[in-house]
Amino acid sequence: MITIDPYAGERLKLSPFYIREKELNIRDAWSAWNGYKFADYYYDAEYEYFCIRNQCGTYDICPMQKYAIQGPDAAAMLNRMVTRDVDKIGTNRVGYAVWCTDEGRIIDDGTIFKLADDRFMLTCGSPCTAWLRKSAFGFNNLDITDVTDEIAALSLQGPTSCAVLKKMGLTGIETAKPFDVMHFPFHDDTLMVSRTGFTGDLGYELWINSGRALTMWDELYDAGADYGIQPYGETATDMARLEAGFIMPYMDFNEALKTVHFEHDQTPFELGLGWLVDFEKPHFSGRRALLKEQQTGPKWRLVKLDIEGNWPAIEAIMYNDEECSEEIGYVTSAMWSPAVKSNIALAMIKSEFIDGELWAEIYRAKELRQYRRMARCSKSTKPFWTHTRARSTPPADY
Amino acid sequence: MSQYDAIVIGAGHNGLTNAAYLAKAGLNVVVIEKNDYIGGAAVTRELYEGWKYSNCSYVCSMMRQALHRDLNLSRHGLILVPYLGTINFGDGDERLFSYHDEQAAYLELKRHSPHDADAMNRFQADLTRYSQFIRKTLLRTPPEPTSFRPRDIMEFLFLAKQLWRLGEREIYEYIRFFTMSAADFLDDYFENDLIKAAMASPGIIGTALGVYSPGSSYILLHHVMGDVDGNIGAWGLARGGMGAISSALANALQEYGGEILTNSGVEKIIVDGRKATGVVLDNGDQISARIVVSNLDAKRTFTQIIDREDLPDSIYERASNFKIRGSSGKVNIALSGLPKFTHVPENRYINRGGQGFTGSMETMERAYDCWKRGNWSDDPFVESVIPSAWDPTVAPPGQHWMSNFVQYCPPTLADGCWTPEKRDAFGEAVIKKIERYSPDFRDLILHMEVRTPHEIEEEIGLTEGNIFQGELTIDQLFFNRPFPGYGQYRMPVENLYMCGSSTHPGGGVSAACGANAAREILLDLKCRNTVPKDDFYDE
Repeated sequence: MITIDPYAGERLKLSPFYIREKELNIRDAWSAWNGYKFADYYYDAEYEYFCIRNQCGTYDICPMQKYAIQGPDAAAMLNRMVTRDVDKIGTNRVGYAVWCTDEGRIIDDGTIFKLADDRFMLTCGSPCTAWLRKSAFGFNNLDITDVTDEIAALSLQGPTSCAVLKKMGLTGIETAKPFDVMHFPFHDDTLMVSRTGFTGDLGYELWINSGRALTMWDELYDAGADYGIQPYGETATDMARLEAGFIMPYMDFNEALKTVHFEHDQTPFELGLGWLVDFEKPHFSGRRALLKEQQTGPKWRLVKLDIEGNWPAIEAIMYNDEECSEEIGYVTSAMWSPAVKSNIALAMIKSEFIDGELWAEIYRAKELRQYRRMARCSKSTKPFWTHTRARSTPPADY
Repeated sequence: MSQYDAIVIGAGHNGLTNAAYLAKAGLNVVVIEKNDYIGGAAVTRELYEGWKYSNCSYVCSMMRQALHRDLNLSRHGLILVPYLGTINFGDGDERLFSYHDEQAAYLELKRHSPHDADAMNRFQADLTRYSQFIRKTLLRTPPEPTSFRPRDIMEFLFLAKQLWRLGEREIYEYIRFFTMSAADFLDDYFENDLIKAAMASPGIIGTALGVYSPGSSYILLHHVMGDVDGNIGAWGLARGGMGAISSALANALQEYGGEILTNSGVEKIIVDGRKATGVVLDNGDQISARIVVSNLDAKRTFTQIIDREDLPDSIYERASNFKIRGSSGKVNIALSGLPKFTHVPENRYINRGGQGFTGSMETMERAYDCWKRGNWSDDPFVESVIPSAWDPTVAPPGQHWMSNFVQYCPPTLADGCWTPEKRDAFGEAVIKKIERYSPDFRDLILHMEVRTPHEIEEEIGLTEGNIFQGELTIDQLFFNRPFPGYGQYRMPVENLYMCGSSTHPGGGVSAACGANAAREILLDLKCRNTVPKDDFYDE
């Protein structure tokens, strides 16, 4: 007898990799992303973080939204939507991009894969179907398909990641430069590999038709067995990305279309993404507002902070002096960085205070009792953590 | 002849609130009520043994929590419990389930339209933004636009500041929003008809407008701007039925020393010179007081219980023309078990919230067409909830009561007045509609109370059975409510005030009209203000 699950419609969807992940998620530590069941961590978040920095780890990015944008108008449509010049992205290259409302506020960030002159894949953290449709108004020779469920994606990050892929049989993968895309035959199918990631480390992202997902997982894990391969979840990702200075939606920026208060979202200039805004190209959404902002300067700036002491400045309010004379901003992400042994954070600071003293008011509980400390912060202009292996081609084996 | 500081006419929830705040300030207050029970349209009535119907209003989300807290309504027995989502039934087999859980809600919308699942985020953010502004005005007296008194100027500055906080673009959107139809508003977001219909349905509840009528988008907002404990758009049930709200308010009033006289309809308000001095009851008794507060609707107050010669001409005319069109019916049903619906999974949560027999945008508009022609619809929009699935006090264990709110139902029919036969035929149309989605429904029915606008007017005294005491259209809102120039609860006859839903902020069990009126009355009587300020989660 078949019993029908009366809650089927309410349960989270399962990633094509779920069967393998479930075996490895010893802690049953799950959360959710875009309707998919999704791991916070599998065994130990710190262990998984060190796999990224020391060996290699896999991160399931199936819930990330993927859109196939194809047709003669594809490039023009994307160019009107995003702030950077899509024409400057080469074929089989990946470009990071943001797109904005007419007011120049960021709707989301993501990556654009240029697979041919008229064939692109756009990936982003949140569903973007409605905005893509609006962005396509006026472009008729174009097809936009949500391929999130059709393409399984796995991020492989860490110093041994290239060696693992070579062992898996992806001959020539070592020639891939950062942001390159390569295609490999895989069981009568194609495995697409991009040298991209969200950890600041050497790493790749693997894209395969969902039907082949488990085969790919198994071959990858066979190859990686002696290279310390380990699945990691959201917690380790968040640690690695913050060390690399990458921004996270819902932490460092709010998606403008979901923001209730018009000043609770951000512009590219505020987030230090001015390099992604190209005023030389023809019109794009938000151009007028961003041009104005470029002249007047952003009201806020996201800055990288190195904070004295070792209390993570989680949700700290920022002040201009130790006496808290004026509130000048707030911390968006903060952690103790295991790699660089520093107390790091990203914070939004009002522009007029950016060059003055910066102090974080930090609360910390010790055995249930709350303590407060004012900590002096210094600005850092470079990513907190970088490694040459992230950029060298070919990368070393470990 | 008894002598009071204040007489409040009508023991609806706003009248009780008003009286409670006056009594709290030390005034000697009496509330007079024509029925033998209190509560007006916020009542719990046992019309079938063992079943307690909230036979008019049935859910609550607008009740100002600052008043709830200030009047100690919890200690007086009130608890508001939020209920889970609603099932919206399409014309055919489509069902749209709503969930509080973000992921489940997303997957469900995506099942209908990936586009709309994405667009819902923007819709919710925009509605929240609009609500935040309106909500700030609920427990405040509207400023007079033509007055240059400092308090009115300050109030306008306050409003301007709140509006400015929306951002430049949103100010335009806001003005646009107020005059749009629900359909036009929703077309900006959604493509799926059932999703649109489900979102549009709050735009027609209680109003003689259709989803395509300009102004219905505000009605939509009026219904979703409430909150339960900070969850905007959530709806709650009062444990024990809506009457629990009225009885808690009555307890508060009596604790402050106020009195309630039931079985005491008002024949007329006594006007001596230009001042209201008391009332004559329908039994001939007279009660005099320093002030008289009417919780009746504006039309009833000025065309039925005040002599025309006691009023400025223009007021009688405005009251006669006050837009207060009956458009809603209510069918209360005692059931021997929980109904099962087709194409709805049988699980412990989903079947126990609300049911929106929505159909489609077209179905709702066709139902409105019937109203225009003076008929009830054979295929009406019905918004149902089964409170007994949540509240153990309103039906025997295992048995249920179902509240069915019906849109549209005309106050008078094209072929004449309502008769008991026509009323039953209307009830039958509602049962038939539910039966389409729940084939065994009829077998569960133990008792039914069918209320057309006729019954609602006869029993509760709402003109034409209009549940809002007057349409919530922009010409009758804010400083225009009930009439331009009389938006601050003081009426053209000296010492006469209004405190019902005919005043700002309008219909709904918010208690705000009654509290706002009390604040103005206490100011005039040079008493200390007892009405608290509102509080907000977004500040």
